Order: sequence, then structure tokens, then C-alpha cells
Amino acid sequence: MALLQIAEPGQSAAPHQHKLAAGIDLGTTNSLVATVRSGEANTLKNTEGRDMLPSVVRYSAEGVTVGDAAMQAADNDAENTIVSVKRLMGKGYSETLALNDKVPYRLVDQQGLVAIDTALGVKNPVEVSAEILATLANTASETLGGELNGVVITVPAYFDDAQRQATKDAAKLAGLTVLRLLNEPTAAALAYGLDSGQEGVIAVYDLGGGTFDISILRLRRGVFEVLATGGDSALGGDDFDHALVSWMQQQAGVSNLSHQQMRQYLTLARSVKEQLSATDTVNFSLPGTQQQAELSRAEFNQLISPLVKKTSRACRQVLRDAGLTAADIATVVMVGGSTRVPLVRSEVAAFFGSEPLTSIDPDKVVALGAAIQANVLVGNKAEADTLLLDVIPLSLGLETMGGLTEKIIPRNTVIPVARAQEFTTFKDGQTAMALHVVQGERELVENCRSLARFELRGIPPMPAGGAHIRVTFQVDADGLLSVSAQEKSTGVQANIQVKPSYGLSDDQVADMLKGSMQYARQDMQQRLLREQQVEAERVLEAVGQALKADAALLSAAEFANIEQALAQLAKIKQGDDTAAIKAAIEHTNTLTDDFAARRMDQSIRQALKGHNVDEV
Amino acid sequence: MAISMTTAAAERVRSFLHNRGKGIGLRVGVKTTGCSGLAYVLEFVDTLNDDDQVFEHDDLKLIVDGKSLVYIDGTQLDFTKEGLNEGFKFNNPNVNGECGCGESFTV
Repeated sequence: MALLQIAEPGQSAAPHQHKLAAGIDLGTTNSLVATVRSGEANTLKNTEGRDMLPSVVRYSAEGVTVGDAAMQAADNDAENTIVSVKRLMGKGYSETLALNDKVPYRLVDQQGLVAIDTALGVKNPVEVSAEILATLANTASETLGGELNGVVITVPAYFDDAQRQATKDAAKLAGLTVLRLLNEPTAAALAYGLDSGQEGVIAVYDLGGGTFDISILRLRRGVFEVLATGGDSALGGDDFDHALVSWMQQQAGVSNLSHQQMRQYLTLARSVKEQLSATDTVNFSLPGTQQQAELSRAEFNQLISPLVKKTSRACRQVLRDAGLTAADIATVVMVGGSTRVPLVRSEVAAFFGSEPLTSIDPDKVVALGAAIQANVLVGNKAEADTLLLDVIPLSLGLETMGGLTEKIIPRNTVIPVARAQEFTTFKDGQTAMALHVVQGERELVENCRSLARFELRGIPPMPAGGAHIRVTFQVDADGLLSVSAQEKSTGVQANIQVKPSYGLSDDQVADMLKGSMQYARQDMQQRLLREQQVEAERVLEAVGQALKADAALLSAAEFANIEQALAQLAKIKQGDDTAAIKAAIEHTNTLTDDFAARRMDQSIRQALKGHNVDEV
Repeated sequence: MAISMTTAAAERVRSFLHNRGKGIGLRVGVKTTGCSGLAYVLEFVDTLNDDDQVFEHDDLKLIVDGKSLVYIDGTQLDFTKEGLNEGFKFNNPNVNGECGCGESFTV
């Protein structure tokens, strides 16, 4: 018979109505799956009894292998064994050119996106991630005794729309229903139950095998808001191992290691590192020699100290970005296997001035948090009000005339969200409008990131400024954007799902935020200039039209005067002197005041011709 | 009339209750739904109802409402592993027929 789990009071499901949900930590180095059973979140072990699945996929002639089996083959078949695919998610081919020398496999261009050429054909990062997800989901459904109803997958807080969409696509390809994507630091905070605790600022320090992330979250009214993220995408426990290997090489007096030897040394280094978390000194023999060596924790600390200091610097930077000091941080959460190293713990404690939370296994904490969230979302828990919300990392907006950014949804807005704004036409009789969706904090479009372009056609011909076009930005719970534009009188509309082809790295997001501060003044001046240029163009257009239509109302001298003013304005407009453009516009306006009045009179006269006063 | 459980089941119930941080015991019972008539209920208990009967098992309380008891009297609750899957199992002497998956039954 079926095996049962204990439910919350009154929450027993009817037969065949058990909702199976799992949380998945899709990591750069390792991935895990976890679920809540009988009120308890646990990671799930596969048939080999391991809960950590190396995020490695091998495509060989014999078929696809995932995890440990794939990793063992990495040495002999490196070009078909894909590691750290997470770094490629949502990236354009051009963005990954720099990686080409660093990875053993061949990166290729797949319609602008990066993909990998393997023995089983070209595979893109979405397909590779789907293999990992399917393997984890398989473990989960075997363990839970049924198909999964839904999963929560965690992503780094700095993942942009493209990377999030790629993750969702991978889940779809693996046949999974994504209940939602959850930020990794938020998941860690959830695992510690911080969502039901006191409101305040939380720092999540995540030092994994190959990446370091520091996130500052604020919990307010049950909502986790990401205040700032930072880190180093090429710093982790693997660097500790390499530092240790260099030291061992010195001791052994060997300079060049073969691939095989390097592996031996790395395995030894990892084991020594792990032992030093528990003991003060470790004795070991150096591979390939008869030599014995001894390493104390103090010596080890010295070796890795420069690396740990690097993380402290990133913490300082991210606090500065968030406009906070270490004293503002109420709680520090530790994530990632490398936070087991005593020096890391003591440095973090010293930096933030408080003991970090370490009671939950740092390798599992993100998956456990995801499992708790999945359990709530699938409907197994009554307290549905613990639904978590996130915020958008960078402002979303539209390009307006003059290459300026009009922000529709400012950064840090809680999602899901929908915001609308009205725009109008720039020229008489304009029947189409190009909409350019951008993301970023800068004033000029060229300094922001282009997300998508689409066109609204079929606007009825009207004078400039006559049409009402309502543009709606909607961001769903997973942080994915859709934009629609509708002309109000006819109802014609166009919309787009933003599925951008290029990703941003955490560094780029940080740079974009920094840039918006650094260039604030310059941006403002640029904006003022562009606004005057747009205004000048509008005046040129309007007066030009009027001259064509009603030149008869002007004397030859007046006509020449205005023409000259227009020529002057057109010339000044090209320059970058905001004040001069403004003066030239005013000059043209003054000069044409009388002309405008005469045109007005004439049109009134024409309108009233043949009518008596009573009718008007 | 009595309900009991195996040592394995008791260990798990104790650990789950401890982990949950609250609750006075474990409710076992049936409700009238399911493809084959009746379905088992297995829930944490925070408050007792009037018609509840309590069976002590060492330090643990097994709680059954009066109506359910007639269907599951003599049942032994067990905790087992089947492959990767693990969970609770009702060894109920009153069962006459089960649906294919065993989630519901008739007496």
C-alpha cells in the first residue's frame, strides 16, 4: 500500500490528492533536491545514497550521463563533459568569447546565444541544465512515490530576466512545473525561518566551490527585498585547494605537475582542508614522494587569508551599495561548503560584529529553503500568507524621443507588479510607434541595456500629441516582463514577452548601478540637452508645417525672418549647448507669436463664416 | 479497543513532533472519501476534540476519534522504506478491500 506522511491538523489530503513538491538548488558546482515530509524539510538522496549531485553533464556516444558518473569522465573526455553550465545560462555567444580559451569544450553560436558542440550534437545551456533538473526530479519522484506537482528552483539574486527565463525554460524542457523561481539568499533565510522572525536587515554570505556571493536582504512585512548584491564569480573553496596545492608543491620540491598528479594533489588538499576544520594539525605524505608533511591550522589560515580578505572587501562594497554599515545587519546567514572553514567563520563574525548562523548544513540550506517554499506554494500548508515576494533588481523603462529613458517600474519595486503610463505621437499623422524596452538606471538609452523592441501599428492619423497610447509593464512572480501598448480610441494593441538574448553578470549589474551614481550629473545634463533638442525638433516641425500651409498670411520680410530663425535653430540644435538651443527656441517662438495669432484668427473666422452669434 | 505502533514508527513520530516544536500527539483515523470508500488520516494534533480517545505509547499519544476507531481498531502503525520512498503504513486487520494504490480501503 501507499506510504503515508503526517499532515498538519485538518490538512489531510484526499486519496490521490497528495501534492508532491520539491525545492531544487541548481548550483554552479553541485545541485540538490529537497522536500518537506511530515513537516520536516530534508534533502533527498539518490540511489547511490548521495544528495549532492555534481552539476556535470556528459554527452558521449553511449548517451547522456549526469552527476558523479559524468564527473569521473571529465578527465578523459573533457570536450564532451560540461561543467559549471550555470555560468552560460542566458548568455549571448559574444559575451562568452573570453571563456573560449578557459573551457575544454567548443562554444558555438546558436542564433546569437551560446551553445556547446558535443559528441551528441550542439547542446545549449538550457538543454544541459534540463538534464540536471530531470535527474534531480527523478530522484524526488522515486522518493516521494509519484510525479511532482511543482518545483521551486533557486537562482542567484543578481540573475537578470534572460538568465531567469533560461532557467524556467530548462525546467519546462525537463517536464517540470515551476511554482516559482526563488532567490538563493532568500531561500537560505527561509530555511532558518527568518521570514517569521523580526523585521530587519539580513546578510547572506555564500562561499561555494567556485563562486562567492554576498547579498543584503531586508525583511519588511513578510517581504524579502534585495538591497544589494555583490561578490566574485571566480572565488571559492577551489581557490583554497589550489593555494594548498602550491604550498604542497613547494614542500615536495616539484614544479610541473602532470594532470594525474594535479588530481592527486587536489584530492589531498581537499581532505587536508576538511580535516583542519576539526583539528589543529594534519600529517600527510606528499604524493609521488617519500616525504611527510605537517600543516597546522594557523599555517593554513595564512595561506588562505588573502582569499578570505577578498570576500571581506566585497562585503564592505556591498554594504556601501546598500547605504548601510555592518552595525545595521541583524543576522548573518552562512551558505556554501566553504563557510565550514573556521577562518571564514571568524572573519565573517569579526566583520559583521555578530556570530553568523551556521546550524543548518551550508551545502543544503538553499535547497531546504526552496523545499519549504514549494510546500507552501503547492498548497500543503494552511499558512499561505507566507508567500514570498521579491523585487526587481534594475529599473524597467521605455526609450522616448531623443534617446532618453522613461522609467516605468523603478528598481526595488516588489513583484508581481503592473504599471501603466500614457505616451503620445510626435508627428502629425503618425500611424506607428516603435517601442524600445530597456533596463537600467541611467538617463540615456545607450547606457542602459536593451531588452526588446516592438511596434504598435494602426494608430489612426491624428495631429501630433493627439493619440493616447497606454503602455503597460507587467512583471510576474518569477521576475519575467511582458509589455503591451494600446491606442485608446481604436483599441489596436501590440505586446511582447521579454525574453532577452543577452545576460548580465553580477559585475555588470553592479557596474550599472555604480554608473548611475557616478554619472548622475553628466546624465542630468545629457537629459536636459536631449530634451531641448527634442523640443527644437518639434518647433521646427510645427513651424515648418505652418509656413507651408499659411505662408500667405506673412509679408515677404516676415517669411524670410522666420525662415532664417528656423535655419539658425536647426544649426544650433546640432551642438551641445543646452542654453543656446533654449534661447533659439524662445527666439523662434517670439518671432512666430504674431504669425500664430493670425493663423488662429483666420481659422476662427473660417469656422464662424455663415454662422450667427447665437449658434456659437 | 486499541491502536498501537511499531518502534520504528514511534521513533519517527517522536522526531517529527520534536522537529515541529509543538503538538500533543498523532491523530490516526479515517475519512469517508476515496475511490474505495475510506481513506486514512495521519495528522499532528494541537488540540483534542470531545470524542477523541487517547492511546498512550510510551511518551507518545495516539489520538483517534470515536467514529474512526471502529474501522481501524487493532491497527498497528508502522514506518517502512520501499526503495527510496519511506513513510507510514497502516496494518489494519479490518480491511476487506483496497484500491490499487492502497490509499483508500473498505471494511
